[in-house]
Amino acid sequence: MTAGTLLLDAAARAGLYGLMVRTSGPQIRGGEAAALLRLGPQPLATLDDRFDMLLAIDWQNLHRFADEIPLGPASLIVGDSGEGEAPEALLASGAQAVALPLKKTVKGATGAWVNMVALGFGGAIAGLPVEVLEEALRASWKRNPQALEANLTVLRQGFAFAAGLEGKRPQPLAMPAVAPAGRWLISGNEAAGFGAIRAGVRFVAAYPITPATEVLEWLAPALTRLGGTLLQAEDELASINMIIGAAYGGVPSLTATAGPGLALMTEAIGLAVTAEVPIVIVDVMRGGPSTGIPAKSEQSDLSFAVDGLPGDAPRLVLAPTSIGDCLTTTEWAVRLAEALQAPAIVLSDQFMGQSRAVVDQPPATGGTAQRLVAAANTPGYLRYADTPSGISPMAIPGTPGTTYTADGLEHTEKGIPSSQATDHSRQLDKRERKLMQYDYGPRWADVEGEADLAIITFGSTTGAVREAIARSALQGVGLRLVALRLLAPLQPAALDRALAGVRQVLVVEQNHGGQLLRYLRSRYDLPGRATGLHRPGPLPLRPGELTAAFIDWAAVQGSREGRA
Amino acid sequence: MNDMAESAALAAADYKSGYKPVWCPGCGDYGVLGAVTRALAILQRPPHEVAVVSGIGCSSRIPAYTSCYGFHGVHGRALAAGTGLKVARPDLTVIVAGGDGDGYSIGGNHFLHACRRNVDLTYIVMDNHVYGMTKGQASPTTEPDWDSKLAPGGTGVRSFHPLVIALAAGANFIARAFSGDSGGAAEIIAQAIRHPGFSFVEVMSPCVTFRPEQKDWKQSVRRTGVPETGDPAQAARRIMTDDGFNIGVLYAGDRPVYARERAATVTPAELEAEFAL
Ligand SMILES: Cc1ncc(C[n+]2csc(CCOP(=O)(O)OP(=O)(O)O)c2C)c(N)n1
Ligand code: SF4
Repeated sequence: MTAGTLLLDAAARAGLYGLMVRTSGPQIRGGEAAALLRLGPQPLATLDDRFDMLLAIDWQNLHRFADEIPLGPASLIVGDSGEGEAPEALLASGAQAVALPLKKTVKGATGAWVNMVALGFGGAIAGLPVEVLEEALRASWKRNPQALEANLTVLRQGFAFAAGLEGKRPQPLAMPAVAPAGRWLISGNEAAGFGAIRAGVRFVAAYPITPATEVLEWLAPALTRLGGTLLQAEDELASINMIIGAAYGGVPSLTATAGPGLALMTEAIGLAVTAEVPIVIVDVMRGGPSTGIPAKSEQSDLSFAVDGLPGDAPRLVLAPTSIGDCLTTTEWAVRLAEALQAPAIVLSDQFMGQSRAVVDQPPATGGTAQRLVAAANTPGYLRYADTPSGISPMAIPGTPGTTYTADGLEHTEKGIPSSQATDHSRQLDKRERKLMQYDYGPRWADVEGEADLAIITFGSTTGAVREAIARSALQGVGLRLVALRLLAPLQPAALDRALAGVRQVLVVEQNHGGQLLRYLRSRYDLPGRATGLHRPGPLPLRPGELTAAFIDWAAVQGSREGRA
Repeated sequence: MNDMAESAALAAADYKSGYKPVWCPGCGDYGVLGAVTRALAILQRPPHEVAVVSGIGCSSRIPAYTSCYGFHGVHGRALAAGTGLKVARPDLTVIVAGGDGDGYSIGGNHFLHACRRNVDLTYIVMDNHVYGMTKGQASPTTEPDWDSKLAPGGTGVRSFHPLVIALAAGANFIARAFSGDSGGAAEIIAQAIRHPGFSFVEVMSPCVTFRPEQKDWKQSVRRTGVPETGDPAQAARRIMTDDGFNIGVLYAGDRPVYARERAATVTPAELEAEFAL
């Protein structure tokens, strides 16, 4: 992991873009783990189909990653010369095995680490200058200076091994002439935390859960420095009700969790809907249902997020489309929740959350929407007034002359519990109307291209889809992209415009049941005969397989057209 | 200051909203409402600076009957909502109220953690040893042999001792009050609100509909003759050995109150530097 992080940092210093995905075995700590890196001159939102090089410190349990680390005949498998042959599962790819004296190099060099030899070698193969690698190591060093020198020495030795490498090797990357400014190195979980803060969140309550914990770990010290609070709750029932209490008190509030925690929060999300309290829940999705596959990505909480509440409960559901967008979308979600006095669920996932990437500085265009607050001493104050927009001014405790009781029971405009049909339909209409009538602007989706065949997707899958669309275009197949950022409420009029002239759509997502396809079909008349391409986690959808599938699909649509 | 306070002196009635409670005639909860409003009048805290937070149950209807800010949430989570509110808004006086089912059964975990967290709020449980709202089932404080439709012949399960549990979990103030002695209960609640940290007041509040025999509590309760203690061991002995009818403050401790440093030392824009290359 350390070597991977340093390689990513060095690449960023050299002016490249990069993406590092973490993957680990089932052990809680200390088990096998792999850092999967992709480096290049363009922004990278997805891993490629194959890796050029596998650098293994040892072979232990490496076969477990064989599916996640596809190699080909042009790839290198680099291991320690004292560790014997690489595992059969990896050699089957036809990749070339390279033995390096990793352990031997650090022998006698007190404080030197094997992975720094590997870093030097890997950096050299990637085409990075040795100075940049050294700079990255120096910048990260927090221990004693002697050991730093020892590690710099073995790093240089590792770098030199690459010069002596015989046989074929991957094409090194061309280094940009100048390192451009305005780039960030960030993980999706950090980005979500920072987005929340930018939008004004100053209270967070949460219960730890993989893969959402880093959102909280980043927020805890940041909130302290900003005069806010992160409270570790006793469970998710507490955390969600705590943020509802804090938001009722006027402080923008958020929690972060994953599927199991979201399931526990259900009842209180309904409370936030009915009592009209703005809250944001960042759900960093992992394999489900139940405890599922905690540390691996999947987009399978969508159905639950959009439909999974008792009663008619309109809520906001958003999904960032990249690591950098975790910032912008979370910021937007907080502002929308505040403006609409409604709960918002942000569907991030393990892939975006736990991966780090070099990104262009995310835009701070999450909007400026704010909570509509009641003025002190408003005569005849009605907390749940049935206004044309559906949004009614919210009195903040401490304000004189506007006291009221927020209620999860159905209520009158004043907030008095009521079981009458008229009050119920009136408040149901109001709560739906405020979400439906709101002008969400152009941010609801990324719409790219004009082709008459469209791919609809959401979340982290967008990266692979976008890349596959670009590759399809190189093969003469034009496709339009619609990557939804605002999943609920669905925007039929905007979809009409985005899909104008489209004959057929293909819905791509990472889950077993085709949840986005089913959701879209239930709320919208998709053009043509909409089909789905979906596969559950933990394996990501890769751009190569998507390209092949898109080209096949487009060909079928073309011949169907021909027959018609 | 003094003049103003006198001229604008708030009476208990100023803390009532005037809405007609849904409670049965004779329900103990009327007495608790009276005690809470009297306590607030003792403290002269303006109603808009007080928030009353509850869960679900007959007793949990109390917020709307006050003229304070109210929050009527979901069953069992009142302490969580109240905690979030108080931590985010330390300037408010936060009172959390509800029933024994709400606080000790479905909300039991939050009760333990609220005691140990010691946020500066006051928790009033209107204990009637029954689920009133759902029409008469056993709660955690119900006697094991109490007959009900759901548990004919009784649950056979030992009843829960909230005061001992609160003490063991770290509550900073523990008292027992009786709704039939509204003035006494008001004094206790006022003291609980004044006391820093998590203050727990268990109010015996009869359910005249499903536990009519609780009308006799009037004859059984007595004000405790002994002064309050700050010694947990002494309090434990007292709570464990009394017959459940001693009214008064049983423990007043001085544990550190949950608090967070509040002054901002950075701006969000300054945090950006962490990510910029
Ligand atoms: C999640 C959930 N489960 C069950 C209920 C039904 N319910 C409402 S009030 C209540 C018990 C109330 O008892 P208690 O808290 O002792 O209050 P009381 O009515 O006696 O004042 C129950 C079980 C509910 N509202 N929500
Ligand atoms: S059922 Fe019992 S607790 Fe509920 S209002 Fe009636 S008397 Fe009070």
